[in-house]
Amino acid sequence: MTKRAQNNQLTGKYEPVIGLEVHCQLKTRTKLFCSCPQSFAQTPNSNVCPVCSGAPGVLPVLNKKAVDYAIKMALAVGAKINPESVFARKQYFYPDLPKGYQITQFDKPYCEGGGVRLAGGKYIPLTRIHLEEDAGKSVHSAEGTFVDLNRAGIPLIEIVSEPSISSPQEASEYLKKLRAIVRYLGICDGNLEEGSFRCDANVSLKPKGSKKLGARCEIKNLNSFRNIEKSLVYEIYRQADLLDAGQRVAVQTRLWDPALSRTKAMRDKEESEDYRYFPEPDLPRLFLEKERVSSIDASLPELPDAKGERFLKDYLINYEESQILTSDRDLASFFETLVAKRSESLPIPLIARWVCGEYLREMRADEAWTLKNLRVPGDKFLLLLECVAQQKISQRAGKKVFKLMVAEGGDPLDLIRREKLEQVSDKSIIKKACEEILHKSKAQVDEYLSGKEKVFAYFVGQVLRQTGGNFNPQSLNEVLKELLQEKKKQ
Amino acid sequence: MTNSLGERLWTGEEIVSGVKEDRSFLDQVLNFYCSKIKKEGPEINCFTFFSESALAQQQSVLRQRIEAKEDLPLAGLPVSVKDNIAVEGMPLTCASKILENYYPSYSATAVERLVKAGAIIIGKTNLDEFAMGSSSEYSYFGPVKNPRDKRKVSGGSSGGSAASVAGGFCPVALGSDTGGSVRQPASFCGVLGLKPSYGRVSRYGLTAFGSSLDQIGVFANNSRDLSLILNAVSGQDKKDSTSSALPPFSAEKHESLQPEKLKVGILQDFLKPASADVIESFAKAEEFFKNQGAQVQDVFFPELQYSVPAYYIIATAEASSNLSRYDGARYGFRSKGRLNSLGEMYKQSRSQGFGEEVTRRIILGAFVLSEGYSDKYYQKATKVRKLLLSGINKLFDKYDILLSPTTPTTAFDLGSHGQDPVSMYSSDVCTVLANLTGVPSLSVPCGVSEKTKMPVGLQIIANRNQEQKLMSVSSFFQQGFC
Repeated sequence: MTKRAQNNQLTGKYEPVIGLEVHCQLKTRTKLFCSCPQSFAQTPNSNVCPVCSGAPGVLPVLNKKAVDYAIKMALAVGAKINPESVFARKQYFYPDLPKGYQITQFDKPYCEGGGVRLAGGKYIPLTRIHLEEDAGKSVHSAEGTFVDLNRAGIPLIEIVSEPSISSPQEASEYLKKLRAIVRYLGICDGNLEEGSFRCDANVSLKPKGSKKLGARCEIKNLNSFRNIEKSLVYEIYRQADLLDAGQRVAVQTRLWDPALSRTKAMRDKEESEDYRYFPEPDLPRLFLEKERVSSIDASLPELPDAKGERFLKDYLINYEESQILTSDRDLASFFETLVAKRSESLPIPLIARWVCGEYLREMRADEAWTLKNLRVPGDKFLLLLECVAQQKISQRAGKKVFKLMVAEGGDPLDLIRREKLEQVSDKSIIKKACEEILHKSKAQVDEYLSGKEKVFAYFVGQVLRQTGGNFNPQSLNEVLKELLQEKKKQ
Repeated sequence: MTNSLGERLWTGEEIVSGVKEDRSFLDQVLNFYCSKIKKEGPEINCFTFFSESALAQQQSVLRQRIEAKEDLPLAGLPVSVKDNIAVEGMPLTCASKILENYYPSYSATAVERLVKAGAIIIGKTNLDEFAMGSSSEYSYFGPVKNPRDKRKVSGGSSGGSAASVAGGFCPVALGSDTGGSVRQPASFCGVLGLKPSYGRVSRYGLTAFGSSLDQIGVFANNSRDLSLILNAVSGQDKKDSTSSALPPFSAEKHESLQPEKLKVGILQDFLKPASADVIESFAKAEEFFKNQGAQVQDVFFPELQYSVPAYYIIATAEASSNLSRYDGARYGFRSKGRLNSLGEMYKQSRSQGFGEEVTRRIILGAFVLSEGYSDKYYQKATKVRKLLLSGINKLFDKYDILLSPTTPTTAFDLGSHGQDPVSMYSSDVCTVLANLTGVPSLSVPCGVSEKTKMPVGLQIIANRNQEQKLMSVSSFFQQGFC
C-alpha cells in the first residue's frame, strides 16, 4: 500500500468492492468461426478470409476445439456447464469489428458459477464464463489509422467474477490464480503484455459493514499485474476522496493511463452504448452433451490447488513454498524432476527452499531464462545442492557457486575447487587456526573469561577472516568452545 | 415447350440432353440467349451484369469438361443468379450503391454446385436493394419491368430472376426468398418459383437480409426444370451451420401422386385480402383439386393476422444487424465528402450508400432491438413465430398441403406504391408464413386474371422437408389445369 493509503482513513470507513472481467485468448490452431490460423505478430491482415473480414454473404462455423477448451476452464473452476446455450450478437460500430457486431454469448452462456480459492483460503465466486470472438486491432501511425484483422475472430473466453474481491492485492492474486489455471490447462498463454490474457475491473466503494453497493466504475487498459494493482489503488482513493467531499461517484468507464499513473473518464453511463443483443441466427444452439463434458473432465491435468496439497503432504515443504512451486505448471514439474533425480540423502525441503529462493531470483532477473530454456540445468543444480547438503560447502559458499554457475556456466564441483570453497570439517586444521587467533587476542580472551560471552562471535569472525571462511561453522563452534573451556579451567 | 409469352423455347432438360448429344448445340443455345439478352434485356432491365466474355470463358471451360467426359447433370444449362448471391468473377452489387463496384473473392455454395454440375452462369439479375422490397423498383440500377406488360412491376425482390425466366432469357434462375421474394415475383411474372425448407439450400454466399428467414430459391417454367436445379443446389454444407443434414433433394425420385388420397387445406385467412379476380382464378384451382378427388377443406388460422407485423419486426431486426458491415471502412462505397470523424464516415457513407427503403428498414430494425423496446417488439414477434410454428405443425397433422393465392393481387403498376411502404408490405400477407415457420412453399401459374390480363399464382405449402411432395403436386396441377 502507498503511504497515502496508510494515512487515509479509508480502511476504517469504506470497503472496496471489486469484480473482474478477464478475457483469455484460447490457443486453438484456427479462429473461432473460420479456418484461418491464429498466430502472434504476423504481417498485418495475413491471417484473414472472407469470414473473419466480414465479406457479404459469409457465415460462421463454430470451432469445436475452442468449445472443448472452454469446457476445460469451466470444469477447472468447478462451474456448472449449461447443456444448452445460445450465441448472440453484440452490436456496435468500430473499424476493427468487421461485421458491425461481435458474436458472443449473452443471456444463455455455456457456463455459470464456479470459483477460485486464493492462497489465504478466501473463495472468489464466478458469475459466468462465456465464449466469444476477439476483435481486430486499430493501428495508429503517422500516416493514419489502419486496421489489422489478424486478431479478429480469435476465440476468447470471458471470465466474470462476482464483486467479492476486496483489495487490489486480492485482485492481483485472483488473476495470478486464473492465469495459473489457464496455463495448467494449456488453453491460453496467459500473457498480459501481449494481450492474450486481458482484464477489466469494476470498482465501487461501500460504507464499511453496509450491504448496499456504491456507484461503480469500470477500468480498462490494464495490461500488467503492476498496472492492475496500481490502478485499483488509485481508483479506490479517487472514489474515497469524492465520497469524503460529499460528492457523488459517477458511473463511468475509465481508462488507466500507465504514463500518468491515473485513471481518466472515457464515457459516462448516459453515453454507454445500447448493444441491441439478439440471438445469432447463423449459429444453432450450442448443445454440450454429458459424454463430451465427462470425457474432457477425465483428461484434465492436476490443477494448482490439488498439486499444492500433494506437495505439502508428500514433500513436507512449507505452505508458502507449495504455493510458489505450483503457481506455474512448468515450475512444478521442474521441481518434481529435481525431486525424482536427487540422491536419497538430499532432503526435499532443501530443494524447495533453493528453488523458491536462489533459483527463481536468478531466473526472474534474466528474461531469456525460462523453464523451457534453462540457464542452469537441473542436474548441475542438484550437484550443487548435494554439496550443500553434505556440508561439503557452506550455504553461503553454495550461493556464491550458484551465481558463478549462472554467470559462467560450468560444473559446480570444478567451481568449488577453483574458488577453494570446499568446507573444512577436519577438526585438527580448525583447531590450529583457532589457537592462532586466541593467541593473538589475549585481551578478548580475558573479556570472555570474565563472563562477556558475546565476544565469542568476534573469535568466529576472526577465524573466518584469516582462513577465507570455508570452515564448517558447526565444527568451528565446537572447537572454539572446547578451547575456551580449556582456558577457563587453566 | 412454350413459355408464358407464348414463345417456343427449350426446356432446361432439353438443353442438358441436347448438349450431351451434340457439341454444337451448346453454341447454338448460348448464342440464342446472348443475342436475346442483348436485344431485349435492357428494356426489361432484369440484369445487373451480363458479359459476353464471361460467357465465352465459361463456354470453353465447359467444352473441355464435356470432352473429359465429366459427369455434368446440368451441362450447358444457362442459369441467371440474383445479384445478392456471390459469383466469383462477377460483381455482387445487391442493387445498392454501397456495393456498386464490389467483386466477391468467392462463390456461394449454391453457385459452386451449379458450376460443378456444368451450368452456365449467364448473368446477375436485378432486385430490390438488398432484397428489401416487393416490386424490384427499389434498385440502384432502376426498376425491373414485367415482360408480360412493361407498365407493370415484376414483383420482388427477386424480380430480375423471375423476369429473366419469364422473358425467355434463360430457362432457370436462382433467387432468394425472405418473405416471399421468390414466390411473389414468380406469381407476378407467370413462372414457377420455389422457396425450399429453411436449411435445404446453403445460405453461404447469399448476402444476408433476415438470416433466420432467408433461403435461396429457384425459378423455372415447369416442375421438371425446377426439380433439376433444386437437385443441384440443395444439400448440407459445412460452411452453413443452419443447413440441414437431410439427404439432398433428388430429382430422380418421382412420387406417384394419388389425388384421391391428397388432403388439401384452403387457407381462408389468405383469401380475405385477395382481390376478386385473384379469388376467381384461385377458385378454379380449388375446383380442379376437388374434381380430381382430393379431400379439400377450409382451414382457419387466426394467428395469421399477426404474421406480417411479426415478420417485419424479425426481418428488419436481423437486417439492421446484417447490414452493419457496410460501413465504408473496408470495402464498398465511402462518402467522398469531408469526413471529420469516424462517426461522420459511418453516417455519410451509409446515408449516401443505402437507398430509402433499406434505410427505413435498418432504422426500424435497430429500434425494435433497442433497450426498452426489444421486449415489446422483437421478443413479442419471436413469440408469435412460435405460435405460428405450432399452428402450422397442427395443420400438417391433418393436411398434406395447404393452398392459397400467392399474392392478394396480380402485378401492380410501376410506381403505384411509391408513397406508401405499408401497403407494399401487406402484399406479403400470404407468403411470410412459410419463412417464419421454415416450411417449403411454391408458386405455380394458375391462369390469368380476366380483369388485368396478368398471371395469377397458386401457392402450395407443404410440411418441412417435403419438397418432393410439393413438386409432385405442382407437376400434377400444371399438367392437368388450364
